[in-house]
Amino acid sequence: MSAPSLAPGAGSASRQMLITVQSGLREIWAHKFRSLLTMLGILLGVSSLVAMSALVAGMEKGAKESLIAIGGLEKVRVEAQDVPIEQRHLTDDAIGITINDVYALRHSAPLVTRTSPEMRLYATLSANDKKFRPWFCCGVWPVALEMNEHVIQHGRMFNELDDELARNVCVIGTATRDKLWGSPEELGREVNPVGETLYLNGVPFTVIGMFQHYESDQDRKEREYAKAHPEEQKPGLRARSRRRGSWVFYLKNATVYLPLNTVWMRFRYGATRAAISAGNGMAVGTTGDPRLSGLEFKVVSIDQLAESIQQARNVLMCTHHGIEDFSFRTQEDWAEQIKTFVHNARLSGGLIAGISLLVGGIGIMNIMLASISERVREIGIRKSVGAGMGDIFIQILVESVVIAVLGGLVGLAASYGLVCLIAQFAPTDNAPIVGLLALAVAFAASALIGVLAGIIPALKAARLNPIEALKYE
Amino acid sequence: MALVEMRNVSKIYHLGEETIRALDDISLDIELGDFISIIGPSGSGKSTLMHLLGCLDSPTQGTINLDGVMIQAASPRQLAAIRNRKIGFVFQFFNLLPKLNVLQNVELPMIYSGIAGKERRQRAMAALEAVSLANRAKHRPGQLSGGQQQRAAIARALVNDPRMIFADEPTGNLDSHTGDTILQLFRELSRQGRTIILVTHDPEIAAVTPRRIEIRDGKIAPKADATLAGLDRL
Repeated sequence: MSAPSLAPGAGSASRQMLITVQSGLREIWAHKFRSLLTMLGILLGVSSLVAMSALVAGMEKGAKESLIAIGGLEKVRVEAQDVPIEQRHLTDDAIGITINDVYALRHSAPLVTRTSPEMRLYATLSANDKKFRPWFCCGVWPVALEMNEHVIQHGRMFNELDDELARNVCVIGTATRDKLWGSPEELGREVNPVGETLYLNGVPFTVIGMFQHYESDQDRKEREYAKAHPEEQKPGLRARSRRRGSWVFYLKNATVYLPLNTVWMRFRYGATRAAISAGNGMAVGTTGDPRLSGLEFKVVSIDQLAESIQQARNVLMCTHHGIEDFSFRTQEDWAEQIKTFVHNARLSGGLIAGISLLVGGIGIMNIMLASISERVREIGIRKSVGAGMGDIFIQILVESVVIAVLGGLVGLAASYGLVCLIAQFAPTDNAPIVGLLALAVAFAASALIGVLAGIIPALKAARLNPIEALKYE
Repeated sequence: MALVEMRNVSKIYHLGEETIRALDDISLDIELGDFISIIGPSGSGKSTLMHLLGCLDSPTQGTINLDGVMIQAASPRQLAAIRNRKIGFVFQFFNLLPKLNVLQNVELPMIYSGIAGKERRQRAMAALEAVSLANRAKHRPGQLSGGQQQRAAIARALVNDPRMIFADEPTGNLDSHTGDTILQLFRELSRQGRTIILVTHDPEIAAVTPRRIEIRDGKIAPKADATLAGLDRL
């Protein structure tokens, strides 16, 4: 007598899997509300993971935009600093940063491409019976335009001649225009301030140019949307974006540029008519306070940043007679800060989302354990008709995975809503960016949680003794 | 060679300190086509005997050769496969899955033997026809009477064409008339050549079968007499 083969056919494995998945879905459908509650944990975990990563991605993009807006990584700023302790006795010989440093860098530091001096002025602007204190009002060379990524929209930048002759001309940003002559939103039309006169600390200046309006992508989109749909415009919305608009862009808009020599002549006391008419840049060095508030330069390439700074240091040590009364500030510090911030935000957000996924997984495990203890009899019956431990294990595991995956899918859908919600309350104006990778990771996490949460209940079910299980009432 | 050869089988349970000898040195042959009743009072060990014969449990001592397979040495996986292919169970409380309809319940053993959907349905319908329940195929067990549920359970036991059918108090939960029709069905199946083992405490039911094995205190009683067994209960 030959015993029939005990192993199922090879092709039956996938078929059996299909039936198992079907029965898992049936089980979930039979307990709709319970399954929904169970899914909720995974749903929230997945959607918070996606939303968190979208939020951070948005912030990162915004921060990088801002970084580019202020001149990019290649820009290095040289500022005056206190003489170091070991050189304290030389303090009287410290000359500060002067225009000579700019010339020296231009001639002797080949790794430095552009050099731009600036002489800062604390000024109040007035015109049109209104007053405005710009964030940044300083005397510069025309090169400052490229240095700080400014773009002229109306009129022109002052040129070398304006600087040479110390003309009373200025180039303003939209923040100044908005304050003194009204913003396009208020007036419904764009005011071109070129040719107007404003008083800078009481001294009349002619506006010869205005920068374009700087804003983040997000602000621009919002503004364009508001423009295209004026009827939908909520009164609060405009005020909000005015108040909370990206700080960097506001600062850039609140910039006023004057010719360097003009600032020197007009506002550094001791300037004389004679010096102006002489029109000699070097000659004015003998009058007034020649110190700059700082200078900026750009390096040839970001890869050579360290070498370029060392080169600039060598040159400046020479012009400063070895007294180190200056320091370098790079945007790299800021870039590093952005990186650190993004890393931290990812880590903490990921941790929170991970914990909520974990809690969701525990919820699934809990429900699966409850479910098998109320289905002991079913498991006994299945075993008595020939289900092996593997069959029962897979059945319970599949149910757990199906719950988790369904929860994950709904969570992905819900994350869209959550992202929109968060965008309303977010501390920045950067629109969250939902990445494909984040979606994939969140979904994979939900499936993994389903598997992990199912293992213990599935093992417990598979190990049930069929005799005990059949006795169970 | 007999279908089942049981040699010196003992089953010992440990309940804390106490050792319970549920089966004590039993030897037994079951031939293909036998219609046997295992009878004995509750606690006599008849259920344990059925569990061992039905591959739900393994013996502590002794050997069981079931259709060429040594049960005491088989893995849980092999035991599951034997239950699936060679053994059909009918229980006192029917033990149908309430969430599945009758047809799906009957299909259940074939799912675990990996039979394709179409063939599964055909064979399940054929089994339901054999117990004259084809018209209730789409009903849930809860919508059927006790007798109908037990017929569905018998169909499920038959569907994989097993070597043996075990029925554990199959009429215990039915009124006497319905019980009679179920016994009639078993007799009919026996006539078709099936091996059927009825487990019962009721001598009247045991009287139906040509061969009776009486279990008492874990041993096979020397005489399997319906009258004696009946006296036992008094």
